[in-house]
Amino acid sequence: MGDIESGDIIKDENLVYSKTKVLTDNVMHYCPGCGHGTAHRLIAEVIEEMDIQSETIGITPVGCAVLMYNYLDIDMQEAAHGRAPAVATAVKRLMPEKFVFTYQGDGDLAAIGTAETIHACNRGENITVFFINNGIYGMTGGQMAPTTLVNMMSSTSPYGRDVQMMGNPLKMTELVAQLPGTFYVTRQAVHTPSNVRKAKKAIRKALENQKLKKGLSLVEIVSNCNSGWKMSPVQANQWMVENMFPFYPLGDIKLDGKLVNQE
Amino acid sequence: MTEEIIIAGFGGQGVLSMGKILAYSGIMQDQEVSWMPSYGPEMRGGTANVTVILSDERISSPIINKFDTAIILNQQSMDKFEDSVKPGGIMVYDGNGITRHPERKDISIYRVDAAEEAVNMESARIFNMIVLGGYLKVKPVVKLENIIKGLKESLPERHHALIPLNEKAVKRGMEIVRMVQEV
Amino acid sequence: MKELKLMKGNEAVAEAAIRAGADAYFGYPITPQSEVLEYLMMEKPHERTGMVVLQAESEVAAINMVYGGAACGRKVITSSSSPGISLKQEGLTYIAGAELPCLVVNVVRGGPGLGTIQPAQSDYFQAVKGGGHGDYHLLVLAPQSVQEMSDFVGLGFDLAFRYRNPVMILTDGAIGQMMEKVWLDEQKPRMTEFPSWATTGKSADRERNIITSLELDSAKQEKFNLKLQAKYRKMEEEEVRYEKIGCEDADYLLVAYGTSARICQKSVQIARSKGIKVGLLRPITLFPFPKKPLFELAGRVRGMLAVEMSAGQMVEDVRLAVNGKVIVEHYGRMGGIIPSPDEIVDALEKLIKKGE
Repeated sequence: MGDIESGDIIKDENLVYSKTKVLTDNVMHYCPGCGHGTAHRLIAEVIEEMDIQSETIGITPVGCAVLMYNYLDIDMQEAAHGRAPAVATAVKRLMPEKFVFTYQGDGDLAAIGTAETIHACNRGENITVFFINNGIYGMTGGQMAPTTLVNMMSSTSPYGRDVQMMGNPLKMTELVAQLPGTFYVTRQAVHTPSNVRKAKKAIRKALENQKLKKGLSLVEIVSNCNSGWKMSPVQANQWMVENMFPFYPLGDIKLDGKLVNQE
Repeated sequence: MTEEIIIAGFGGQGVLSMGKILAYSGIMQDQEVSWMPSYGPEMRGGTANVTVILSDERISSPIINKFDTAIILNQQSMDKFEDSVKPGGIMVYDGNGITRHPERKDISIYRVDAAEEAVNMESARIFNMIVLGGYLKVKPVVKLENIIKGLKESLPERHHALIPLNEKAVKRGMEIVRMVQEV
Repeated sequence: MKELKLMKGNEAVAEAAIRAGADAYFGYPITPQSEVLEYLMMEKPHERTGMVVLQAESEVAAINMVYGGAACGRKVITSSSSPGISLKQEGLTYIAGAELPCLVVNVVRGGPGLGTIQPAQSDYFQAVKGGGHGDYHLLVLAPQSVQEMSDFVGLGFDLAFRYRNPVMILTDGAIGQMMEKVWLDEQKPRMTEFPSWATTGKSADRERNIITSLELDSAKQEKFNLKLQAKYRKMEEEEVRYEKIGCEDADYLLVAYGTSARICQKSVQIARSKGIKVGLLRPITLFPFPKKPLFELAGRVRGMLAVEMSAGQMVEDVRLAVNGKVIVEHYGRMGGIIPSPDEIVDALEKLIKKGE
């Protein structure tokens, strides 16, 4: 065989993968190995595949994903800490035909924003909530989150989370699944190709559900925070599988308005 | 003409609604009006009072501490507002439950025993309209026809059937009011 | 055609919001302003104009709903009373920082803390000096009557959109609970076109719109602050509103807003009947504050008395305005006590004696 020129390969018919146009070209600020980038990409891909770029409004949280609006090429609002579900409530009620989502971390959704989360869920707001749970406050440098596991170390639980002193980790996803206003509640991960595929399906379902007008869809993505956990990305994923998943098991919790029997 | 009135009694006696009907009637005769209630826990059965001002001119302060007329419907209100009547002003009161009758010598005092009359008329709800009738006999600041118009404006349509009874009550109040002292 | 009604101030705000073509109201009950939400729920504005009305789970949620709706370029209003307005301060500084238009009604009650449900003017500092963190201002309107409660809703929305800035109607329990005649504006249609910055969905022909108050680059954040300050200076140039009563021949001046200004009008009558030449300057905008007319009057009168239902808050702005040119005293009542016209005259007479 003769020499192969790059021009011989880079042709439309050889294209097997490209970045979705709903992602901007801005370089993400996330740490290498973090799940946020993948979660962003999946949401962007679903928006492109559903052809709803012009009809989607996203609400970003305070936390690592605060700058999400730099990465998604859609109209976005940056909410105060924990208030994204209230902000999204208004956006959806004023523009019921649009697709409205929030993207929130565990501190945002499960600590400071608990009231807004529960009440948006309970009202059955016809929105989608993406909940990234990495068991720690990443942006502020690794403090304890409401989802931090028992005995897990963080900068504000340096000897491990002591339940006597600091209380228990909070399973917000199971909690909101009990509310009549939620229609679809699921827990996913994005650390392996097969999980990425499952997560993407869940994201698509959660956004498509808005057309049904039957209530709120929430997709939790259990993710790592390798810098906050002080591990390498590979170690962090392994630690997540061994420690996070037993407490935060993956799978659908509520499907089409009915609780899934999880044995 | 400006008439500054305080109506004071128990919550549930129709104090606020009597004031409201007066204010509506004022509007019906193109007057400026203000209706300033006491609000809060009083609304739920304690003492209630409302300041109503009817005027041919722009009303300056809706909140005042001296009144041309005080309509007094319980002892607490008597104790609180007797001194607030301007010299030469008027007090109209219901004697029911009053243990200390008014003592001022520099105001005109009239008594309308509306609680008793409401029992006679077999309708406790028109108590306040009997009082209103007594007041309007003494000081006809608004015409009866404007009271009726005011009632139509202020009552929801489903209660319009009650207007004739209310009119009767106002007229009855005009009949039973009696002078205690005049200055 | 305008329509004449007898209404409470709180009800007038609610009805005016529907008629101004408001797109949404988000609120949480608190005395003495719950009639706003009650009236709206009773009136079914979703049937009249399509307006959204929602009882939120808290004042915090309500103001963030306002943020979300305003960011879509919609006319959004909320109301509360002092403790609830304190809870809204986080949302308000975000709204100011994201340059969003909205209308916030504070039906003030006495404080601090849970305080009292009776009327007060003790939230003046919070309203005019910012209220939340950061260098920002609300544009603050102070109605003195039920009519102005109605009129300032439409005006407030206009100003909010003109400046992309939150506007507050600063009133109190007395005006909220009081009934007066009010001429209601005609029904305005709701907007069908929205500002170019609004997050209404990124159409193919434009860049994406981002509503945020975050800027991590300090140089850019300072530049943004300078832009905000320029906006506030423009308000000071163009939006000062006030009323003068009996100031032409006045030897003394009362300065009061809202309920206090109504009471002072009676005090002016009483004082003039005693031969005291006194006038009243009533600020209608509290930010921007009518500094210039006060400075001018300071050259002509012998003393000023700021009358407030507080320990003395607006009086500081009066003193800043006159810059030492004339003596400025304060008379106030607190905790839900409303001063009587007579006691204000007494305070004025004391000021006069002090001057002599």
